[in-house]
Parts: sequence; structure tokens; C-alpha cells
Amino acid sequence: MTARIDITLTVNGERVTRSVEPRRHLIDFLRLDLGLTGSHAGCEHGVCGACTVRVDGEIVRGCLVLAVSLDGAEVTTIEGLSDSGEVEDLQAAFVARNAAQCGFCTPGMVMAAADILRHHPEADRAAIREHLSGNYCRCTGYQAIVDAVEATLEARR
Amino acid sequence: MINKQVVARGLLGLARGMSSMKWPAFGYARARSLQDVWRLQSEHGDGARLIAGGQTLLATLAFRLSEPTVLIDITQVPELRGVSVEAGTLRIGALTRHAELGRDELIARHAPLLREAVPYIAHPAIRNRGTIGGSLAYADPAAELPACVVALGATLVLASAAGERRVRAEDFFTGLLETALRGGELITAVEVPIATAATRSTIAEVARRSGDYAMAGLAVHLSLGSNGQVAAPRLVYFGVGNGPVLAKAAGAALAGRRLGAESIAAVQAALAGDLDPPSDLHGPPEMKRHLARVLTGRALSRFLPATEVAA
Repeated sequence: MTARIDITLTVNGERVTRSVEPRRHLIDFLRLDLGLTGSHAGCEHGVCGACTVRVDGEIVRGCLVLAVSLDGAEVTTIEGLSDSGEVEDLQAAFVARNAAQCGFCTPGMVMAAADILRHHPEADRAAIREHLSGNYCRCTGYQAIVDAVEATLEARR
Repeated sequence: MINKQVVARGLLGLARGMSSMKWPAFGYARARSLQDVWRLQSEHGDGARLIAGGQTLLATLAFRLSEPTVLIDITQVPELRGVSVEAGTLRIGALTRHAELGRDELIARHAPLLREAVPYIAHPAIRNRGTIGGSLAYADPAAELPACVVALGATLVLASAAGERRVRAEDFFTGLLETALRGGELITAVEVPIATAATRSTIAEVARRSGDYAMAGLAVHLSLGSNGQVAAPRLVYFGVGNGPVLAKAAGAALAGRRLGAESIAAVQAALAGDLDPPSDLHGPPEMKRHLARVLTGRALSRFLPATEVAA
């Protein structure tokens, strides 16, 4: 019963079919099977947020999703989000404010911040902090990240 | 169900540095109906575990707190989906995700307590996957939803191959991480009596960081008459015991009285007879009792007319 199972899904707009072990989580699937190493495996038990990706349009913890359960799903990673240009301004704001230092949390942070831009365009600083509270950053102290998201929201209004 | 001994053993393992973040090997099968679930359960026996949102189960697998032989994915079982109102009862399918609880209009209108609870549950990415059925089945003593359903006087609908039965939420939580669920049984829905014009409900909690499990928390549900008199108060505490704690002495201290500074003080005093919190990483029992009293004052004050709040 631990045999591999075939799944077909869409990743960053491309249809992919792979045979996966049931124990494979989405992040290992993306990184090891598809070579998409932008999503990071941090704590691997749902606490740190470095593995944040979109599944069917909503952000999820990639380390708490079975790859095998995603047959037919649509996954967007930081690579796809970045290439689409959807968050070009947000990424520029991250650079301008030095909101990335070591960069380990940054892909997950940008995925979560993009969720604010899409669903909560009126978010204030408190709402931004709340929305990003599940994404850990051990370098920046968060201020620069919140600044970058706030500036992007304001510029889009 | 998480077996308590397995959890204890797992935690011991962690303490000894034997943890692993990779999941153990297991099989996977997707059920498309309840009939499918029963069939897969009988095929795979005791080693089978159900998986819905996976936000608790998969984290416990990372710590090897349990090692199922096969996961039965129930997310495509239509009988477990949907939110509807029928004959004065709000029916919430077990697969309803936390994020859906937060934006569903029927829930906002008929059980606003659940909507209010959502921002306290973990973080947005987890709320997009985690389900109400999963949260109730895992019965974490510091989780919000178990306390909310007890406060709401909800009924849980349980099903197995043998049929369906209903259990009152307050009878469902039987101990630390333990519930009335029998082997082979699952939660199909939560039935909530719908709110009336007199219904007041709210939730309050203290956590170290946003989204963390509560150090202490409280879900309240009561009726407030036009004269300010309280009827049928249900104060349910979480993070302070083995499961949600329905505070009976505190409720008795409030029932039939006019809500105000005096009756709130009486409720706070009565809590001493209701709560016997264990000490944990956050602090000793007295700290939890203190937090419970403070939260009680905050929560009940929200139902006072604005003119009385300062008093």
C-alpha cells in the first residue's frame, strides 16, 4: 500500500504527471521531483511558513499537504508568481527596504504577502502583521517586511 | 484519534532527540463516499487513519507521534460538505474549512461565535486547509472550536458503517485528546441551534503570539433579556484543562441575574470552583486562573451597554 501513485496536476501553468510516494509532501515534491527549489522546507511541521505556496488559488503550508492528494490541483510557487509579474512591485519594495536578509523566509513571505494584496487591499499595519504572523523571519525583525507590504498596498490604492 | 500513550512516547522521543521531520512510509487511498470510507476501513483495519485537512495529523506524523499504515483521504466525500439551515438548526459539514467558517454568510448570521473564533485559529495558510471536523476530532485542550461548539450547545453527528448517532458537544470531549468517537466512526457534521435576537456570544483568549494555541481562553454564549437579565449562560474555557471546560458554577452565578459589574464579579469568584488547570509551559495553575478571570471580565463586558462599560 505504500506503492507510488500517479498524479497529474498543474504547476505554474504547466501540466505535470509524476509517480509519487504517498509520504512525499508538496515541498519535497516541488523541490526534489520538479527541481523548483524556490519553496523552502524549514520546520516541516507547519510552524515557520517558509514553504508557503498556492494550491487552487489559496495559500497553504506545503509541508502539511500530501503531494499524492493533489491530483487535478493547480499549484503556484514563488517561481510562477514571480514570472507572472503579479508581485513585481512587492518584490521591488522588498529590495528597496532591505526586507530580505538571508532570504530563507522570503519566498514564503512573498507568497503570504501576495495573499494580502489579493484579498485584503485595505489592510493596515496591524492586519499585515496578523496575516504574516505565521511566517517566521529570523533576520529582519519584520519591520522592513511590513514596511514593504504597506508601501505596496498604498501605491496600489 | 491520537493515542495518548503514543503522544507521550513521541514527546519522550523528541526530548531524547530522536525526532524526524520526514513522514513515515504509509499508503494512501481516496474515498469518494461514506460507503468508500467504510470499505477502506474494513480493508485496512486498525492501521488506517482518516485524513481531511491534515493540519494536525501531518504535523504529528512529522514527529512520528503516530505511524498509520494507510491514510484514507475523506476530502472528496460529498456527505461531509456544505453549510445549510433546516428547522432552526444550522448544519455545518465536517469538511468545512476554518477559512470557510470565517466567510460563510449562514454561519455569520446564525452562529457568529464561530466566525469570531476563526482569526484566533493558527494562521491563514493553515485555516485554508484545516477543517472543523478535524479540530473537534483531535480535541486539543487549547483549541478554540471545541470550546465554541460546547458553548453553542451544538450536537455532533457521528457515523460509522453501523449507522449514525448524535452526541451533545459537551458529552463528546471525554478527556485529554479523547472523545466519544468509537473505532471506525467519524464526525459528519455539527448541528448548531441558530441564534435568536437575544443571543449574545463572544470569544476571548490570551496567546503568547498571534495564532499560537491559547494560554487560556473562553467562549461565551447566553441570552440577554431586554431588561439586561441573563438566561442560559454557557461559559466554556480552553487551555486550562484536559478539554473544553463548561463552567457550571460560573454559569449558575450569572443565570437569572442582571448583567453588570456585580454579577460579573460573582462569575469571576465562582470560577474557583470550576477550574483546576494543570501547570504547563506557560505557568502555574494560579496564573491560568487569573487569566481566566480577566478574560471573563473582558468577554462579559462586551455585552454591556456602552454607558456601563466604564463603571
